[in-house]
Parts: sequence; structure tokens; C-alpha cells
Amino acid sequence: MAVRVQAEAFDYGAECAAFAASASQAGAVVTFAGIVRDEGGRLSAMEIEHYPGMTERALAKIEAEAAQRWSLEATLIIHRFGPLRPGEIIMMVATAARHRADAFVAAEFLMDYLKSRAPFWKKEHGAEGSDWVAAREADEDALKRW
Amino acid sequence: MKLRLLYFAWLRERIGLPREELETEAPTVAALIEELRGREERYALAFSDLGAVRVALDQELAELDAPLDGVREVAFFPPMTGG
Repeated sequence: MAVRVQAEAFDYGAECAAFAASASQAGAVVTFAGIVRDEGGRLSAMEIEHYPGMTERALAKIEAEAAQRWSLEATLIIHRFGPLRPGEIIMMVATAARHRADAFVAAEFLMDYLKSRAPFWKKEHGAEGSDWVAAREADEDALKRW
Repeated sequence: MKLRLLYFAWLRERIGLPREELETEAPTVAALIEELRGREERYALAFSDLGAVRVALDQELAELDAPLDGVREVAFFPPMTGG
């Protein structure tokens, strides 16, 4: 179980390979990356603000919840903050389990929860100005199935 | 009691500062918000739509009617948009 919150970019391929190599008992690894969209050229930059301290606690809590619900060998959450450009990787989650069903469902759970229960806020900068991204009702609804 | 107040995202921008210390007797989050609203226009504006305000007490999410007993840090922010 690991959580990293950082401003620096990370090497997604290297993180995935290292994660898979460390989960020696797992038969299945699922990884997901979130990427900054350019929204058809409308978006020039994205800025992510977070609540240092609470962010790490919230993510660790979400990971612990996943570990209780499913049989997981390992999990990893990396989330960046600060200014990002379109195409850059914002965050990733990885899950390792003996069987793929647990790995897939736990990855979805981690994503659903970190979208609306971890204290991050996105601000988009574009030609038409800057604005905070509004939370989507669908993201809140996604929590109900858990 | 003395509280450390933190503001994030557009709440921080509307209020114009990221954090402040406040001496208050407000028993609940809701009472604290009422007190802040009464201070200045920028607070009234930031807290005009409580449906868009979330709160954390000592870094744990809480409801707006939660009591402030023993709390040291109160953070106000809009719904989270991570991922």
C-alpha cells in the first residue's frame, strides 16, 4: 500500500513495471492513468490545488478501505499537484491481486473515491480565461454503488 | 477557542486568503459560517451557496452541522475534483 502526492512528473511505464515486479504473489495487475485533456485546443494548462496533510490521509484511508473489501496484494496511488499541461499524466492507480476480478474492481473503487473524497481541486486555464472545474454529479453518484 | 481556518480553490480566491486564525465561540460549523458571513462582504459572497461548500474538521470530512468541540483546524472548500 503506497500513496505519493507530488508536484514532479513521474515515469508511468517505470512505475507500472516496478509495481508489477514488487507484487510477486499476484497473478493480476491493473493500472490506470489520468491525463490532462486539451479539450479540442481550448485548454492551455491545468492547475491542481490540494490540502497537504489531509490529501495523504484521505488517500491512505481509501486504500485501506479497498484492502479490507478485496483480496489485494498491493496498491499504489500517485497524484500530482501544481501546474500541468495538456497530455501530461495527472495521476495513476495500480492494484495487484491474485485474480483479475479483485484487481479491476479495486482500481475502479480507488478511482471513484479519490475523484470526490480526496481534497484536490482542478482549475483550467484557456483562451477564454480560467475557471475551477465543477464537480460532476455523475462522480458523486458513482460512489453509491459501493 | 482559537481555530485555524483554511480555504481552498474558489473559496480561497473569494475570501482573498488561504488561512487565518480566529477566536470564536461558535458551537457548530454552521454557526461559524454565520459568524464569518457577518464579518465582511467577501465572506458573505464565498458562503452564499452552502450547497457548494464542503468542510473538513482536523482533516476529516464533516457535515455542516457538526460540533466544533475540541477542533483546531477547519477547512472550507468546494466539492473535490481529483483524478
